[in-house]
Amino acid sequence: MIVKGVRRSGEYYDSVTLMLVARKLTEADGVDDASVVMGTPSNLDILRAGGLFPETFADATGNDLLIVARAAREEAVDAALAQAEVLLQESKHRKSEGGDHLPRSLEGALQKLPGANMVIISVAGRYAARLTEEALERGRHVMLFSDNVSVADEKRLKALAQEKGLLLMGPDCGTAIINGAPLGFANVVPRGKIGIVAASGTGLQEVSATIANLGGGISQALGTGGRDVKAEIGGVMFLAGLEALARDAATEVIVLVSKPPALAVQQAVAARVRGIAKPVVAILIGGDPEVLRAAGAHTAEGLEEAGYVAVALARGEDPKAATAQLSARREALRGQAEELAARMSAGQRYLRGLYSGGTLCDETQLIFQQELGAVYSPAPIDPAFKLEDIWASKENTVVDLGEDEFTVGRPHPMIDFSLRTKRLVQEAADPEVAVILLDVVLGYGSNMQPGEELAPAIRRAHEVAQAAGRTLAILAAITGTEGDPQQRDKVKAELEGAGAMVLPSNAAAATLSMYIVKCLAGR
Amino acid sequence: MAINELFNEELQVVNIGLVSFKEALEATDYAVVQVDWSPPAGGDERVLDALQRIAALSKGA
Repeated sequence: MIVKGVRRSGEYYDSVTLMLVARKLTEADGVDDASVVMGTPSNLDILRAGGLFPETFADATGNDLLIVARAAREEAVDAALAQAEVLLQESKHRKSEGGDHLPRSLEGALQKLPGANMVIISVAGRYAARLTEEALERGRHVMLFSDNVSVADEKRLKALAQEKGLLLMGPDCGTAIINGAPLGFANVVPRGKIGIVAASGTGLQEVSATIANLGGGISQALGTGGRDVKAEIGGVMFLAGLEALARDAATEVIVLVSKPPALAVQQAVAARVRGIAKPVVAILIGGDPEVLRAAGAHTAEGLEEAGYVAVALARGEDPKAATAQLSARREALRGQAEELAARMSAGQRYLRGLYSGGTLCDETQLIFQQELGAVYSPAPIDPAFKLEDIWASKENTVVDLGEDEFTVGRPHPMIDFSLRTKRLVQEAADPEVAVILLDVVLGYGSNMQPGEELAPAIRRAHEVAQAAGRTLAILAAITGTEGDPQQRDKVKAELEGAGAMVLPSNAAAATLSMYIVKCLAGR
Repeated sequence: MAINELFNEELQVVNIGLVSFKEALEATDYAVVQVDWSPPAGGDERVLDALQRIAALSKGA
């Protein structure tokens, strides 16, 4: 094998750009492995361990961009290195498109756009707190996408934001919709009367997309980052967001989305909800909503239901009709499950859920737990069901491939499907597997060709199962709208064309899976 | 309350980090400026740690 590298000093690219370039190189003809990274000490260690360390990298520093490829033939290595140059140049053009010279600092950017009122920060966590502080000090609202920001920094920065009356969405805020603008990973939804405050990114996306698909619209969707509702942060931004929506004339219905908050936070939210005349809908994924129900909030069982209830309330209709519609669908899914289960072989019994959205993965665990008991997961609801080896599923298993342990050195699974497509075929080969469940999250920031990229793996999975005489159910739920750049209907047609069943929501897909597994367990 | 003022203003954004976030805003016709950001101290973690210690000390003093 031949290993060759190029080292360029003083050039910086964000990690997602570099990972996508590296992925393209590894897919090139004849290339065994490749990497494109900044020369930080930890990256040098990874290159050394991976056998991607030419001698010229010996004294590299964090200031150096390192491009390296390994192949049996020298021409393949050279072609890969040349391709990397082209791809990096393209990314530079993308960055400065439409503009002349890019500012190098926040100060420079604000000179160019003095009316800027929002700063989105998605640099590596260790640099993010300082930039956030600078933006707040300059009187700008912040969406802080970065994670790996300490609790102490979060607390301090949220106190500063509160003092200045500014929004600080995040750290680890994946999505928001402000004045109709999709920020971060966000779906294209029409403007409307429903405002959302969410401490869960994919929860916000599933609820806002459901609302849009039912013909409703969003006034504002504020993200807070998941940690905001924990005791140590105290719900500072969740409460500030609720307050802002309560005062916003364009917002007529408020939806609160969160994993179970700390009790003190839930009580503080409930106290504020009591004084709000507008209808409030609450979905606490896996939590007891009694405190909020007692405060007069409409509580929903799932993300989709929260969207249905909110749309009904915004139209002045009784939300009971909406929930009755979902109950009727549940019965229909039960019947459909029996038909599907009847076609399966004797040994097929289990579900494998391969998720890119953390909250959707949690929702599926809850739907299973209600009727069948806990499922295995790297992040299980019941600690006794912790999946020890995250790469090998066991009985009923759901994994969130966006968890840190899966994303080391690769882009998030909403962007890069390679891990999921590989695992999909791997699960299909397991004779005990009956159902494979996928979420497909559309919107800006996500993979732009989800249907095209998943379809070959779905076909392959069916082939693998059929060759062994089995019939597999591959179920998918799309979080997204027809307005999204990927277009929901187009993605749906591509997935169905490959042999996936596309359900209207994650709750529906998880419910159908659960009934299939239940039928198989009972026969 | 400044958050409510934001709701009635035209959204204008400075994006520091992932370029796809800038592209989403451009595609939906919102004003956005991308910062050509690179890590302080050229990303040298040892220099950066030293700088952060100095900054922390001067804040404490």
